[in-house]
Parts: sequence; structure tokens; C-alpha cells
Amino acid sequence: MRLKDRLSGFVKAVGLPRIIIFAFFLLVVFGAHYYGLGMPALFGSVLRRWGMFGVLVLAMVPAIQCGIGPNFGVSLGIVCGLLGSLIVIEFKIAEMLGAWGAITIAMLLSIVFAIFVGAGYGFLLNRVKGSEMTVSTYVGFSAIAFMNIWWVTLPFRSGEINWPIGGEGARNTISLASSFGEVLNTAGGFYAIGDDSTGMYVPTGLLLFFFAMCYVMYLFMKSKTGKAMSAAGSNPVFARASGINVDRMRIVGTAISTVLGAVGIITYAQAFGFLQMYNAALMMGFACVAAILIGGASTVQARISNVVIGTFLFQGILVIALPVANKLFVGTDLSDIMRIIISNGIIIYAITRSKGGAASEE
Amino acid sequence: MKSNYLHYLKDRTIDAAKALYANKVVLMFFILCTFGLATTGKPPTYTVVEVFTRFGRNTFLVLALIIPVLAGLGLNFGIVVGAMAAQVAIFWTVYWGFTGLKGIAVCLLMATPIAILFGWLVGRLYNRTKGAEMITGLILAYFAEGLYQFFFLYLIGGIIPVENPTMIIAGGTGVKNTIDLAGNLKYAIDTISLLSVARGLSVAYALVSVVLWALNRQKSEGLQKPLQKDRLFGAAIVFAATFVPPVHDFMATDRLQLSRGIPVFGVLIALVALFRVVTAGRTGKDEQYRMRQGTVSLIALIAVGVSFVPAIHKILTSVHLPVMTYVLIALLCVFNNWLLSTKLGQDMRTVGQSRTVANAAGINVNRTRIIAMSMSTVLAAWGQIIYLQNLGTFATYGAHTMCGQYAIAALLVGGASVQQANNKQAILGVFLFHTLFVVAPLSASTVFGSALIGEYFRVFICYGVIALSLAMHAWKAIPKGDKKDKEPDALPGEGTEAPAEA
Repeated sequence: MRLKDRLSGFVKAVGLPRIIIFAFFLLVVFGAHYYGLGMPALFGSVLRRWGMFGVLVLAMVPAIQCGIGPNFGVSLGIVCGLLGSLIVIEFKIAEMLGAWGAITIAMLLSIVFAIFVGAGYGFLLNRVKGSEMTVSTYVGFSAIAFMNIWWVTLPFRSGEINWPIGGEGARNTISLASSFGEVLNTAGGFYAIGDDSTGMYVPTGLLLFFFAMCYVMYLFMKSKTGKAMSAAGSNPVFARASGINVDRMRIVGTAISTVLGAVGIITYAQAFGFLQMYNAALMMGFACVAAILIGGASTVQARISNVVIGTFLFQGILVIALPVANKLFVGTDLSDIMRIIISNGIIIYAITRSKGGAASEE
Repeated sequence: MKSNYLHYLKDRTIDAAKALYANKVVLMFFILCTFGLATTGKPPTYTVVEVFTRFGRNTFLVLALIIPVLAGLGLNFGIVVGAMAAQVAIFWTVYWGFTGLKGIAVCLLMATPIAILFGWLVGRLYNRTKGAEMITGLILAYFAEGLYQFFFLYLIGGIIPVENPTMIIAGGTGVKNTIDLAGNLKYAIDTISLLSVARGLSVAYALVSVVLWALNRQKSEGLQKPLQKDRLFGAAIVFAATFVPPVHDFMATDRLQLSRGIPVFGVLIALVALFRVVTAGRTGKDEQYRMRQGTVSLIALIAVGVSFVPAIHKILTSVHLPVMTYVLIALLCVFNNWLLSTKLGQDMRTVGQSRTVANAAGINVNRTRIIAMSMSTVLAAWGQIIYLQNLGTFATYGAHTMCGQYAIAALLVGGASVQQANNKQAILGVFLFHTLFVVAPLSASTVFGSALIGEYFRVFICYGVIALSLAMHAWKAIPKGDKKDKEPDALPGEGTEAPAEA
């Protein structure tokens, strides 16, 4: 009886979907082992995707903490990051300053854009309190669609960006090989197991960068501003009473989230080796929101640990489940279906949780 | 009398202009469309034909959004689920080999119960997320997409044995990307001729009014309504008229050519309106009524006149309206209006305005919301059937993905908001939105020399108008006290815009 109580308490605390997802993760891992798939390579891939998505997911923390909820509009930061990277490629910064210089300049430029865009976006979100999620989703979509027009019209000259023959505007995928592709991944990267494509490659630089960002975020959350921001998010009335400018704090949180989105997409792109233009980033916000929710965050509270755990679980399932599903059901792309169901299912679950109070109104 | 009437006309015109000015979204789209139309670089016939086709295709779906708005559920992004119900039904109908009207009947019989079930489920979910229905619906649409793909890609052929090499992917599992509806469901509704519509409707109208009269007589002895003989007579006349050779010939074609339709219906409407003006004294209607009917007949006659202007006549000649589809749209408009006069409709309106008040008044809030969702989902399913039978090809994995967003954008373009939407806004919105949709790539290629810009521009418009409208709604919804410490006149024009109608 006591055990049952404790069990149900545990389920309540962790949340049933998370337990299911964790069990599912274990299941896929065992499945992969059972089918004799190359585990080192798979785990290497998980590590790479962990670092790749990590910073983007980290962008959710300041947003949730400052009270705007999961930032579906992280695409605003993403387009800033893309713009910064495009400028770096266009002006061939990598030839002058090398790959490290290129990625630094790209990040700095994007951060500058993102601060302005994020502040404006935060200003808008202050006006729409209570409907941030819907508004931010569509603001994100609009931003992508709006920038699509610019990707077609901006006068790029670089051969890396333009289509080789004919075609208007920027390419769909732009190679970063000559600028900053994989610069973080290869920094200190080594094969932990094996030494070729079947081995487990540890992208040390990428992971260190991700953890460093997490640590900076952690320090920020512990700072005076970070504490004030969290207070503004969790209890605006109380925060106002204690002399915190709630609206300002929300703008700060949104701007930081947007900046992290910009830095995140550059991290992502360098690990991927390509910049993905146009509609590639349209649904990226959803994946980030899903990852942090899987990690145990709610729509009103998020911790750094949620980011680290959630990204690992979510990307882990996606990476490992794909070959397993292919073995199990030959010829169907079940893993993509799974991604859609898991990521959107967890978001719906989180929304029903957060509005639990409203449902009991009648 | 005469100057009185002129005065009335002036007032109406000023009102219309004011309404247009107050609704800047409509105005903006009006300007964009005009600019686009002027720069397409194609003959106007092309645009007009295209817009009328799209209007018939999409309006039913847009009208399906009105009931949830009424019930306070906001813009129902969940109509995608209804579209999915329709697509499941269409798949099986095609697989079983039903064609034409029989096929449509099977589709409807199958899609309706599925849509009711889905609507009930969505309604229950919305009841758990009150106040966040829109974001829930949005995510739900994506979530349902996963289940839908699982069903079509894996269950069909994988678990459910289905054998049909033209519909199933070569391996035997999963449905192909596109299913051709030509030869089975294509134009099954569109080709129902005006003749069958007129006969069917007049018989149905007569039957329904007799049945209602009979029921009414049984129920309450004291409050009998007399059988409205003149209406039955009218129905009989319409029915009989369809057998008169010229009328028969006019109506027998499966599409209605607009250049022939406008004069005939314009004159008919004008005559009816004039008849009402003349008999207004007898039926005890006031001056306003007579003036309105007079204006109606005037506008109808002007329309008839304009339709004979050579340039316009040429355009109208090439527009062929699918009669039944347009009739269905009109019927749904009537239904939406009629619903408001029922107890259920009033309950929905109360729930939409305040759940607390509705609850205090003894209305079962959750149940009312679920009913609203079920209705909307069923209507969306029917709308998707109309859409696909007109389109003629069924993109198994793509036909539903944008239907919710396009429908919502169209409704918003017409001047609707999260709290308030009606038939007029839906119809105006569909015209404006789809005009822009047709002309955007064309005029972008003439103005900027790139059709791609237009493609992206219209997608941007679609997302942008939704974002704008949601933001404006939330912006206004903040209670004044909440931003007391902020500047009071934060939103320019906030004071000039009328609050949502009661």
C-alpha cells in the first residue's frame, strides 16, 4: 500500500508521459542492441545531436522563467543567426580570420541583431499577456515567411550562397565547408571507441560549448537580474510589489531567449555542416519546446537540468529509433511519425497541465 | 419621400465607408488586391475565373469556423481534424469503388460519425485547456497529423489488408502520395444541375413545412400556426416552372454561366424586392423595410445592367459556377444564422461571452462547448469533401495540412476576430484572401521579375494576418487596470475602434 502511494506520488511528480518516454528510450536502446546495430556510432550520433540542439533548447529557459512561456517564436532568433552567418560567408571572413574568427564574427553579429529583435518581440509579448504561446507561434511563422522574401531578394554575390546555375536568391542549403563548418565539433574531438565511421566520436568542443552556455545561463539565473526575472515570471504581482519592473524583466528574458536562439542555430549549423534556409526552421521551435518539456519543465518553470536531460532523451530517441524502426518495419519512415507524435503530444500534455486551474472554474 | 430615400442611401453609404475604415485589415487587403489585380499582366478573366473556382472550393470550410467563435472557443485550428475525417472517408469510398453521387453519399455517411467522434474528443480536450484553446488546437493539428500518417502509411496495408495497386505503395504497405479522384468523385457535387437543385429544394421545402406544421399542430393545441399556403404555392410554382421548356433548358446545364445567371437572378431578385415594397403597407412593415427592399432591387438592377457592359460581359461569360456547391454554401450561411435563433445558439453565445455567467444561468458549459466543436468538425469534414471533389486530386498527406490556416486567415481578412465572426466576413474574406492568393505570384513576377517573391509573400500574408489578428485581440483583451502604471494611450486608434459587438 505504501509502495503504491509512493509509486503514484513518483508518477505524479515526474509525469506519466516522461516515464513513458524514458521507458521508450530504454526500449529503443535495447532494440538497437538486439538488432546488432552499431551502438558506438549511434551514441556518437546522439552526442553530436545533443550538442547541436542543446543551445536552441537552452533558449527556452529564460523565456519560460521570465513568464512568456515556451518560446515558439525562437525562429526570430534563428533568422538572426542565419543572417549573421550569411554576412560572414558573403564577405569571406573565414579567409581573413580563419574558421574561428568566422564563427565568432557570425555569433557577434547575430547577437547584435537578436538583441534588437528580441527586445521588440518582448515589447510585443508584454502587450499580449495571456496569449503568448499562440501569438509567438504565429510571429515565429511570419518571421520565417518574411525572411524567405529577403533570402530571395538580398543581393548576395558569393558563389557559396547563390545557386550555381540560374535560380533566384540564396540556396536551400548552404555549405559551411569553406567558412566555419564543424569547427566546434572537431575542436578536441576524438574517437572514444573505434576510429572510423563505426566508432563513437566525441565532439568535445561542441559539448564543452553547450555546457559552457548552460553554466553561463546558470550563473545568470543565480544573479540578481536572473532572480528578479524568475520572480517576475512566477508571480508578477508579488514581483511588482517588491519593486521589480515586471515588463522590463520579461523583455530581458525574451531578448536573452532570442539571442540564445541565434547562437543556437549557428551551433546547429556548424555541427550540421550546412545552413538551412527558407522553411527548414519553421517547426524548429516546436522541437525545442518539446525537448525541454520532455526534460521535465512545465510551461511556467524550467531548469537547466531540464534542458540537458530533455535534449538528450529527445534526440536519443530520434537517432536510435530510426534504424530500429527501419529494421522492424521495412520500408516505412516510422521514426518521423514518432517524432511528430512525441513532440506534439508532450506539448499538449504540458498545456493541459498548466491550465489545470482554469478547468476547475465551473 | 424622395429626399427621404436619398437621405437613407447617403446614410447607408457613409455607414459602409465607416465600417470599411474602422476595419483596417479589410481595407489593407482591399488595396493590396486592387494593386495586385492591376499588375497581374494577365487578362482579368483569368483572375476572376480562378477566384470564383476557389470561392466555391473553400468557403464551406471557412464558414465551419463560425460556430466555435460564437461559443468562445476562438479560431478553431482543430478543423484540420475534421478534414482528416473526411479524407479517411474519401479513401475508403474510392477503395470500395463508389462513384458519383453515390460515392458522395457514402463519404458523408462515413465522414459524419467519424467527425462527430473527433469533435467530441477535441471538445473534451479543449475543456481541459480553457483559455488556451487556440494553441491547443494548433498543436493538436500537428499531433493528429502524426496519427494520420501512422494510419495511412502503416496501418493501411500493414495491419488492415488492402489490395489495390493504384492506391497502395508498391510494397503493399501504406497509401500512395496522391489519389486520383477523376472518374469517381471529381465534380460529383459540382455537376448537380440547377434543375435538380431547384426541384429537390422546392420539394424538400414543401415537405419540411408540411411536416413542421403537422408536428406543431399535434404539440400545442392553443398556439397553432396556420399552414402557410402561399409559401407552399411558391414552392409548387418553382417546381412547375422547371418543366417549362426555356426554363428547363436554362437550368439543365450542369454549371451556371455567370453572364446568364446574373440577368436572370438579378431580375428575379429585383422583382421580389419590388413586390415586397408594394405589399409592405399591407403586411405592416415600416418605412425602413421598404427603403431597404428598394435598395436591394436597385442594386440588383444595376448589377444586371453592369453585367451587359461588353468588357465585363466577356469576363462573366467565362465564369461557370458549380450550382450545388454554391447552394450548399448559401445553406450553411442560413444554418449559421438560424442557429443563433435557437436555444442552443443562444447558449453558445452566452458561454462565449462568459462561462461564469453561463454556468450561473444553468447552462452546461462543457457540454455546449463540446457540441459546438462537434458541429464545427462535422462541417469541416463536409467542407473538405466539397474541396476535394472540386480539386479532383487527393494529396493523401498534404490536402489537410494548410486547410486550417488558410481558412482562418481568410476569415480574419474579412474582418473577423477571435471573438466575433459572421457569414458576411467569411464571404468577403474568402474573396479578398483568394484574390490575393491568385494575383500575388503573378504581380510579383511583373513588378519584381520573380514569381518566387509572390509565393513567399502570400505565405507571409497568411501567417502575418493571423499573427496580427491574434496580437490585436490579446492587446485589446488586457484589462485596463492591468496596465494602469503604463501610458494610457498605448494603442493608437484603440479608442476609435468599436468594441466587439454584443
